[in-house]
Order: sequence, then C-alpha cells, then structure tokens
Amino acid sequence: MYNAYLLIDFGSTYTKLTLVDIDQEIIIGTSNAITTVDTNIMIGFEEAFAKLNYDQSKYKITKKLACSSAAGGLKMVTLGLVPELTVEASKRAALGAGARVLKTYSYEITNEEILEIKKMKVDIILLSGGTNGGNKKTIINNAKKLADHFKEIPMIIAGNKCANDEIKEIFDERHNTNYIMTENVMPSLNEINVIPVREKIREIFMKNIIKSKGMDSAEEFIDGILMPTPAAVLKGSEILAKGTDRFDGIGDLIVVDIGGATTDVHSLADGYPTRAGINLKGLKEPYAKRTVEGDLGMRYSALSLLEASKIKNLNKYLEDVDFESACQYRHDHIDFVPLDEKEIAIDGTLAKIATKLAMDRHVGNIETVYTPLGEAFNQIGKDLLEVNYLIGTGGVIIHSNNPEKIMLEGTFKDSDLTILKPKQPNIYIDKLYILSAMGLLSFDLPDCALKMMKKYILGL
Amino acid sequence: MNGKTVVIGVIGSDVHAVGNKIIDYALTHAGFKVVNVGVLSSQEDFINAAIETNADAIMVSSLYGHGEIDCQGFRDKCNESGLDNLILYIGGNIVVGKQDFVEVEARFKNLGFNRVYAPGVKIEAGIEDLKKDLNIKE
Repeated sequence: MYNAYLLIDFGSTYTKLTLVDIDQEIIIGTSNAITTVDTNIMIGFEEAFAKLNYDQSKYKITKKLACSSAAGGLKMVTLGLVPELTVEASKRAALGAGARVLKTYSYEITNEEILEIKKMKVDIILLSGGTNGGNKKTIINNAKKLADHFKEIPMIIAGNKCANDEIKEIFDERHNTNYIMTENVMPSLNEINVIPVREKIREIFMKNIIKSKGMDSAEEFIDGILMPTPAAVLKGSEILAKGTDRFDGIGDLIVVDIGGATTDVHSLADGYPTRAGINLKGLKEPYAKRTVEGDLGMRYSALSLLEASKIKNLNKYLEDVDFESACQYRHDHIDFVPLDEKEIAIDGTLAKIATKLAMDRHVGNIETVYTPLGEAFNQIGKDLLEVNYLIGTGGVIIHSNNPEKIMLEGTFKDSDLTILKPKQPNIYIDKLYILSAMGLLSFDLPDCALKMMKKYILGL
Repeated sequence: MNGKTVVIGVIGSDVHAVGNKIIDYALTHAGFKVVNVGVLSSQEDFINAAIETNADAIMVSSLYGHGEIDCQGFRDKCNESGLDNLILYIGGNIVVGKQDFVEVEARFKNLGFNRVYAPGVKIEAGIEDLKKDLNIKE
C-alpha cells in the first residue's frame, strides 16, 4: 500500500485532479470535470474523482489539498499614493498572491470611486501609501473613507507604518474590525516588500473567501483550500527555481500560462542588468513576479486579444482566415474544443500572439537616453535575456501539436532589441498540468514536489 | 537624525554619479534622511519620490550644462502635485559655458528654485542653508 496525495484545482471552468504517489514520487493519474460552483462544487469534484479510476487496493489517499480560482477567482482592488510607486507595488503584491486585480486607485479616493468599488463586489481591499516616515495624509484619509463604507469586505493595511496608530483609531472608532495590518509594501523609495502582504492575502483567502464562494461543502472533505490557483503555480515555480533545503533548484525560469480568459506570466529571477553600463530605473521587481493579461485569452478574452494584436498581425502567422468571426465564436462558446486542422491552427495562432504580447509586457525594456557623453541606457523592469528555462502551460499549449513553436514567440527577437525576453531558453511544456498541484504539494513535501517537477516537466 | 527628508538626484540625461554619492553621504552625515533617485532622473522621479516620502526639500544636481532646459516647469509641477511650499535647490554646472552667475541665479530663481549654487560651491554650504531654511537647530 502506497500513500497518495490528492491535489485539486477548482478552476474557473474545470476542476482538475492530480493523484500523486508520494512514496514512489510518481503521478498516478489526472482527471477533470466542469466546475460546478453554482450548485454544489462537490458535484464536479465527484465526477472528476470517478474518472481518476485508480487502484484503490494499492493506494491510500492520506491528504487532500486544493487551490481555487472558481467563482471569479480572488477579486481585489488596491489603493496607493503615486501611480508608479505604492500603487504599482500594491498591485504587484496582490498579483503575486494570485489575486485578480480589478482596479487600482491612486492619491485620495473619491466618493465616486468608493461607489465603483462597492459595485465590483471585491473580496479584499489592499490599502497602501507612503514610505515609512513618508506621506501619512493620504493613507489616513483613505482609511477613513474605507472604514466608513466597507464593513463587510476584509482590508489589508500595508502602508507607511507611522500612520498605523491613527488608522487603528479610525477603524476602532467606527467599530470596524475587518482589517489586518502588515508591513509596508514599499518601506523606502523604490524598495518593494511583497511577501508579508501575500501571506495576509492567503490567510484571508483561507479564512473568509472559501465560504463566500460557496465552497464550504468542499471544506469538510478536503484538508484545506490553501490558496488561489495562480499563487499555487507561482509557489510551484519558485520551488522549481530555488530548490529546497536539501536539493538544488534549476535557477531562473519563466512560466507562461495561457488560459481562456487571461494569460499569466510568472518569472522567477532577479532580472538585474546582464550587460555593463545600464542604469536600473523605477520600482524594484520582486524575485517571484506574476503579471496577468486580462485582455489576452483563448476564449472569453478572444475578442480583446484580437483588438490587442490587430488582424494584420494575426494574418502574418496564418493567412486566409477570418479572425474576426473565429474570435467572436470563441468568445461566445467558451467550452469550444477545436477538432479540425484549421481550428487547431487558429488556436495556435492566437496562442502565439498571446505569448508574444504577454511576454513583451512582462519583461523589462531598455530605454536609450542621449547625453552629451554619448548614449546611456535605462532598464525598466526585469532583464530576462539569460534565463535558461521557459515553461509553457495551459490548455492550448498542452493540446497543441507544436507547443514549442508557440513558446518561441516569447523569446528575444533581433527586430526588437529593447525588449528583454530570454535569448535562447530551453523550452519545456507542463504536459500534465501539474505546476499548481506541485505548488500545493510543496507546502507539505517540498522535496517530493521538486523532484517530481524535474521528472515530469523537465524530463530529468 | 534631524527628522527632515531630502530628495536628491541628477536631473535629465546626466550620468554624473560621483557628486551624487558625495551629496548623499554628506547630507546623511549631517542628519538628514536622504532619498536618492540617482542619475538620469526626470522631474517626475523627483516629485513622485517627494510625495511618497513626504520630503521637506528637493536638491537637484546638474553637471552637464543642460540644467536650465531640464528644470523648466519644475516648480509648477511641484505645485500641481500638492508639494506647495517645498524647498527647491539646484547646484552644479547648471548652464553651458561661463556665464555671469548673477544672471544665472536670477533665471533659476525665476524658475522657482529657492537657492541656486554656482560651480565649485561645496556641499557644506548647501547643508548650512538647508538647516537655516528648515529651521533645524544645531
């Protein structure tokens, strides 16, 4: 009898199961079924579980861990002071925690913006602003407004620490206890401190969000719904890159995850300049960085992808195709599965554009400044030129006949020297879609998760 | 520490980093909290830093002669950003060639700078003035 972990991803469309033999470090099986969040989330789970069809006399399931992006995922708005500084820092922290950031707000918030937030039905509000010892006025003003208007929505305060006492008083006076304070997301200028905020988001997610998403029925059966799915992917990627206490990771890597509604890019790299004489500008980048492109997706976001890429660019990859109607159809039929060659080719083309644009936006770029002493260069964002591992995942990549070709769109191009995409990465595909499952597994058994990712994704 | 925050940096397409480091060191030594935006900094870089850190003053350096172009509208942008009474200094080789400094000073004061320093002035002089302007008692 072997011990097994059942790892569950309650996705927005599919509930995906991965059953792992933790003794022999092998994947026993994977399966999926449509997520049933509107009725009872366990119906979809049971259906997927029945499909797993494993030898029950051989394996004993000792633990069940889950992540979730069902029911719209973890919806957040973030508030900061200056758009390029604390607003951006708080947005990055929320994205890294696996949230969907619906909107960000800068400076003092207006009544109209309060109304807007109310309409969005967000799960968590993140309030930041000011470096430690810096501006207090704005965050205090915003805290007053938030404390007045939002008693039900959990809030995380991660701004100027010198404002914390006053903010606490504000909340106490209003008998609003629905907030947590943590370390400043930007403690000093351009320094970013995302990890404490990420942890608080995860805490709230585990405590409050599961219930509000109608997932409590799952809680009885499952040992824990630990985090939003994107956070699990980032966690798995981080273990693969950095390794564990006992074993080395593989070093810097990038994961591109193309979904129906969004394209996520995760980079695990410091991204410092790889060439001499380059001046690093702007807010520092977190080592584990996630960006989400809400306008680049294969189904729900097919129309916005079309808009972002422009038809002429799609036709460069694939001629004689009416992309307008193809994207409209995909947008209207989010469960569409391409069967004939032409439709598969269209999906492949959309995936290429999504990869290209999402990577262009994720990586840093070089800006040339002409000075009396000659050219000088500013780097904004991460330099990922020398990253060796580019990993693709998501339905369209997994099911593609030629996923490497899609991923190649995410590499450096001589035609645009200023965009710092990896030059010659080794391309790997997460064929079994195990990254999020391994992220979950790594909470209990990091060594096992690392070894399995090396085996199943890299073929080592 | 005297509790006052100063944003420093080198404005425009100017890469002179050495003086910037010296100013950083000297101000820190004199008890200021220094926020250094570094070389190749735009007006917006200075202003954004000043907002987030609630700075009391901005000290702009310019060594390459184009300071006057780089500083156009600086005070206006500060006012627009809510930094109403912020103290603004500039120093270095702020204009091209050898010009009459009285005129140069007048032009920069007209741009909204509180104090303007000629080439060769030591940072200690600037620190003295800053302490005076911010009412810092020794």
